[in-house]
Amino acid sequence: MNRSRTRLLAIPYIIWVAGFTVIPLIFIITKAVTDENGMLTASNLFAIFDPLHRKALMMSLLLAFISTVICIIIAYPVAIILRGSHIRKKNIILFVLILPMWMNFILRILAMQMLISNNGIVNHILETLELPPLKLINTPQAIVIGMVYDYLPYMMLPILNSVLSISEDVIEAAKDLGSDKMHVLLHIILPLSLTGVGSGITMVFVPSMTEFVIANILGGGKIQLLGNIIEQEFTVTMNWNLGSGLSVSLMAFVLITSFVFGRNNEDAAAGISI
Amino acid sequence: MKITGVLGKIYIALVMFFLYAPIAVLIVLSFNASRSRVIWGGFTMKWYTALLDSRAIMTALGTTVALALLSALIASVLGLFGAIGIYSMRRRNYRIMLFATNIPLVNADIVTGIALLLWFVRFLPLGFSSVLLAHVTFNIPYVILCVLPKLRDMDMFQYEAALDLGAGEPYAFVHILIPQILPGVLSGFLMAVTMSMDDFVITYFTKGPGVNTLSTLIYGEIKKGIKPEMYALSTILFFIVLILLILVNLPYDRMFTRTRRVR
Repeated sequence: MNRSRTRLLAIPYIIWVAGFTVIPLIFIITKAVTDENGMLTASNLFAIFDPLHRKALMMSLLLAFISTVICIIIAYPVAIILRGSHIRKKNIILFVLILPMWMNFILRILAMQMLISNNGIVNHILETLELPPLKLINTPQAIVIGMVYDYLPYMMLPILNSVLSISEDVIEAAKDLGSDKMHVLLHIILPLSLTGVGSGITMVFVPSMTEFVIANILGGGKIQLLGNIIEQEFTVTMNWNLGSGLSVSLMAFVLITSFVFGRNNEDAAAGISI
Repeated sequence: MKITGVLGKIYIALVMFFLYAPIAVLIVLSFNASRSRVIWGGFTMKWYTALLDSRAIMTALGTTVALALLSALIASVLGLFGAIGIYSMRRRNYRIMLFATNIPLVNADIVTGIALLLWFVRFLPLGFSSVLLAHVTFNIPYVILCVLPKLRDMDMFQYEAALDLGAGEPYAFVHILIPQILPGVLSGFLMAVTMSMDDFVITYFTKGPGVNTLSTLIYGEIKKGIKPEMYALSTILFFIVLILLILVNLPYDRMFTRTRRVR
């Protein structure tokens, strides 16, 4: 292949990246470091640490952290169980796990609201069983349920990918050398699947950290996450400089997370593609 | 590892129940004669017939589908050539381009949406075209990340053999190279369609008034209450996807062997 000539094929894409990825980032950063008169200021960037915003930041970090941990706790055993089952069944179960992602996400969250709201379906069932009703809706717990529900497949796919791709030979070798089941799990499967867990953490933590729709629907607007505050700066308060400042600070948090946990996007992409 | 047995099955069943209960609710509601969201008022098909008369929903559906197909198509073409170009770059430029490709994937949707909004308001009236540009932007990375592994796995000798046997470069390109990476382009295209159909946040910030996809239409209706026709439509779409997926019979085996080879 004439590499110097095929390289030119990337030109339209390079122009696109420059025009629609790099320039917009420059714009948002410019807005973030200036005030409404165009003067340089750092106050919008540090506004994330204001008492009001700090509360939202802590809440976002906390809920994203809890959701991510719950997703790992739910997803990891699924991968281990599927590894032990037969290959044909594995395809079907995998298919079943991925299918919900094709139903509109806002509708799914609304359905979750119908299930857990005070006069919702779950409470109706509890009532007929003469059990005390749950007060879930408009609490942080409701938002966590929504986030786990929505992002679980994103945790499941990379973990499944990494656990299922561990060669059976490695495990056989460990068993031959005297490992019991627990030892194999902790010293073979777990270390070899950590990249998948890392990808999963980024794929769940980043969106739940920046979420505002789930918080609006299941939190009833009572719980403010960082995403809600940024959204309001753009649609209600119309302070675009502050909104951009908060976004850029948020981006810093996101970048740190991706840097710490790493993210193999090709793995993730291959996992989601059909 | 064998934790098969009853316990494993119960666990998987519980997880599936958690994932499917809300979807089951939506499907049941689409047949509910009562407008109530909790009370069953008897079976009806009226929302399905009313669906066809609902202008707002049908327009939003048209916009969503047009947006998904168009943005995925543009992203596939740009991504295909982009991936080939990036693949032939030297190490440093390759790294830079891969980093730039990852930006929309790693970045939060809300930041991407706002950044595009701030840029678009400078030169473009917000509407279908701005949403289309935004969707192409976040779709291209998926295509590139699906095509690059195919390029790496490709048999370069076939291409060179074709040249030795007298094929011109364009001929070898179309007849040897393209067929080998086409599956990657196809899965990239399908992923792009899915991502575009499912997107809410980026569309929300770049759409401007007047244009609605299904997601933004639903979001706008939350306070007024969702029209039951929407449940009917989502049920139909769900089963269309279900049937399509069964028909193509998910090449998951291939998917896993591919990721293994990438490593």
